[in-house]
Amino acid sequence: MDKPAKRLLHLPISRRAFGIGAGAAVAAAVTPFNIVRAQTGPLKIGVLLPKSGYEAQIGQSCQRGVDLAPALLKELGYSVDLEIMNADTETNVDVARSRAEKLIADGANLLIGAFDSGQTSAIAQVTEQHGVPFVINIGSQPQITESGYKWVVRNFPTTVQLITRGLERIKTLLAETHTTPKTAVYLHVNDTFGTAVSGAINKLVPTMNFPFKIVEEIAYDPAAKDLSVEVSKAKATGAELVLVTTRINDAILLVREMVKQRWSPMGIVSPGSPGMYEEGFFSALGKYSDYCLMMVPWVNPKAPMTRQITALFKSKYPNDPVDPHIFNVSFTFEAFLVAADAYKRAGTTAPAELMAALRKTHIERHIMVGGPIEFDAKGQNNGIVTVGLQDRGGRAVVVLPKEAAEMEPVFPMPAWNDRT
Amino acid sequence: MPLDLVVNVAVGGVLTGLVYGLMALGLSVIYGVVRIVNFAHGEMMTVAMYGAVLLYTRLGLDPLLMIVPVGMALFLAGYAIQSLLINPFINRPEHVQFMLVIGIAIIIANGLLIGFGPDARNAPVSYAMDSFSLGPLLLDKVRVYAAGGAFVVAALLFGFFRYARTGKAIRACADNYVGARVVGLDVKRLYALTFGIGTACVGAAGSMLALLVDVTPSLGPSYTLLAFVIVIVGGLGSMAGALFGGVLIGLSEALAGLFFAPSAKSMFSFAILILLLLFRPQGLFGRRA
Repeated sequence: MDKPAKRLLHLPISRRAFGIGAGAAVAAAVTPFNIVRAQTGPLKIGVLLPKSGYEAQIGQSCQRGVDLAPALLKELGYSVDLEIMNADTETNVDVARSRAEKLIADGANLLIGAFDSGQTSAIAQVTEQHGVPFVINIGSQPQITESGYKWVVRNFPTTVQLITRGLERIKTLLAETHTTPKTAVYLHVNDTFGTAVSGAINKLVPTMNFPFKIVEEIAYDPAAKDLSVEVSKAKATGAELVLVTTRINDAILLVREMVKQRWSPMGIVSPGSPGMYEEGFFSALGKYSDYCLMMVPWVNPKAPMTRQITALFKSKYPNDPVDPHIFNVSFTFEAFLVAADAYKRAGTTAPAELMAALRKTHIERHIMVGGPIEFDAKGQNNGIVTVGLQDRGGRAVVVLPKEAAEMEPVFPMPAWNDRT
Repeated sequence: MPLDLVVNVAVGGVLTGLVYGLMALGLSVIYGVVRIVNFAHGEMMTVAMYGAVLLYTRLGLDPLLMIVPVGMALFLAGYAIQSLLINPFINRPEHVQFMLVIGIAIIIANGLLIGFGPDARNAPVSYAMDSFSLGPLLLDKVRVYAAGGAFVVAALLFGFFRYARTGKAIRACADNYVGARVVGLDVKRLYALTFGIGTACVGAAGSMLALLVDVTPSLGPSYTLLAFVIVIVGGLGSMAGALFGGVLIGLSEALAGLFFAPSAKSMFSFAILILLLLFRPQGLFGRRA
């Protein structure tokens, strides 16, 4: 061996220098591939939903929207290459946060989720930290789009929008049915969503000239297994109207307890919460699910896309009725529509370009009642309209506004023992 | 506050508490004899609830009438678990035993999730929405039947441990392990029998609870925790204490929900637990170590 070669072999390299060098070599080797991975190939969409835990039924319902998305997007002419990465938040804020971290670490270019405000808020913090676009399917906490986040868009009303529009619909209901309840009791879940809605209701009801006043507000745990005390307390107020903010299991428990305690109020009305239009609600309560009212955003029955998604749902899930799932499925699909549309226009999975395209979204043809899907500077779609729904014969039908109504509203509702 | 409202809520709390008590009784029996803390208690009850719901939805069999078959099935499962899994661990350190039962709990919960999915299921019996009316008192029919069933099962269990030969032998094992072996008792078999009896209690409680609560695979841990609170309040190893602890917790939660915030009612059970741990750590009916 010649001298230079020998010198090379015996260079005094310390362990630290070797470590730095090796690290730099690995980084240099991997970085170009990362860049390549981030900009070409399929759009990797990480979907976060509560598929187990007490919100599981709703999470599973939303998942059907995820499962239908590729086929429907193809039908609509979005020939984009998507790779879907599913994750379960287990109805837990901390799990939602860690699953979001994991999806991003696994290469997700964009996240969609997460039905629940608390979980959605936690995910938004993660996407903000990592600079990854996040499209909210369902989740109404106002702070999510009021905190100056740069990587979030929401195709769902904020709690304030949901409640303001919901309360306005209740006014229309009372006017059209010529009823004037004098007192109301308000029962609500005490999670992030419920607390936000409660705040909005307390702020808005006194300013909107309602004929009734809220005589008592009762908060409860959404994972409660027994609501007998809550219903006893509400019944004791003698209120004529029951306002609720529910999830699904507690909505079932509330109605079940009202029947057991033989308390038939004038009506059970939700100004903007889920629970009472879900499949589980109808199957658990049968005839007692009828006549509950919800003021919520809903699908436009006349939109061609509604017919398309309904047909696809029926072919994929022939044994399941579409109506109880349509809200969750449609909002979740619309999140995919927004993502695919942005990807098509951006032509890249690079986060900044994708986010810029999301902000410029303008989709005229979609499913939910309202104007085109577009986002303001905060990432909020302000054009979603609230309709009045009533459970009738095991399905939720539009009863308000008149121009979109499938049936006339029945209010006050028939007493429990008058039902056949 | 109207008196009839308070009485209605209190009676409802006592009735629910009796079912809780029966569930906790199983935990207390197992701990009192085998000295194993069964962290899979809630999961075993969830299995019983699914059993009762399935028997109702598939065969139309009322969960109240299924107390015996579901209890028997859980007895056999408990006997097998003790004989095959726990007995080999009986002389190992406590933390190793904990890991074993926690492992069993995880397997049960995930097995149920795989088998039944995450959706809540219930047994919508014909009287599910009915109530008894006694003057101003309105008693939920399901709750009355379930509490009655819990009371009968608990009485039978007390009778078994007091008067039956096997029951006395089990008590002998609990009182003096070495002495029981010296007089020739088959301690391992009696342990398996005790674990089986404990899980049979859970089976009976689960069968009745299926009428009151919608069952999901994730239900177990909250009931394990509840059973622990009840058993510690009543006194670890005391059967009467478990039943009384159940009623006390049921009643305190109901009244706390009425007089304070319903969303804070669990806080009161834990407050009782903390106070007892501070001032009477052996529990209300427990013996000082």
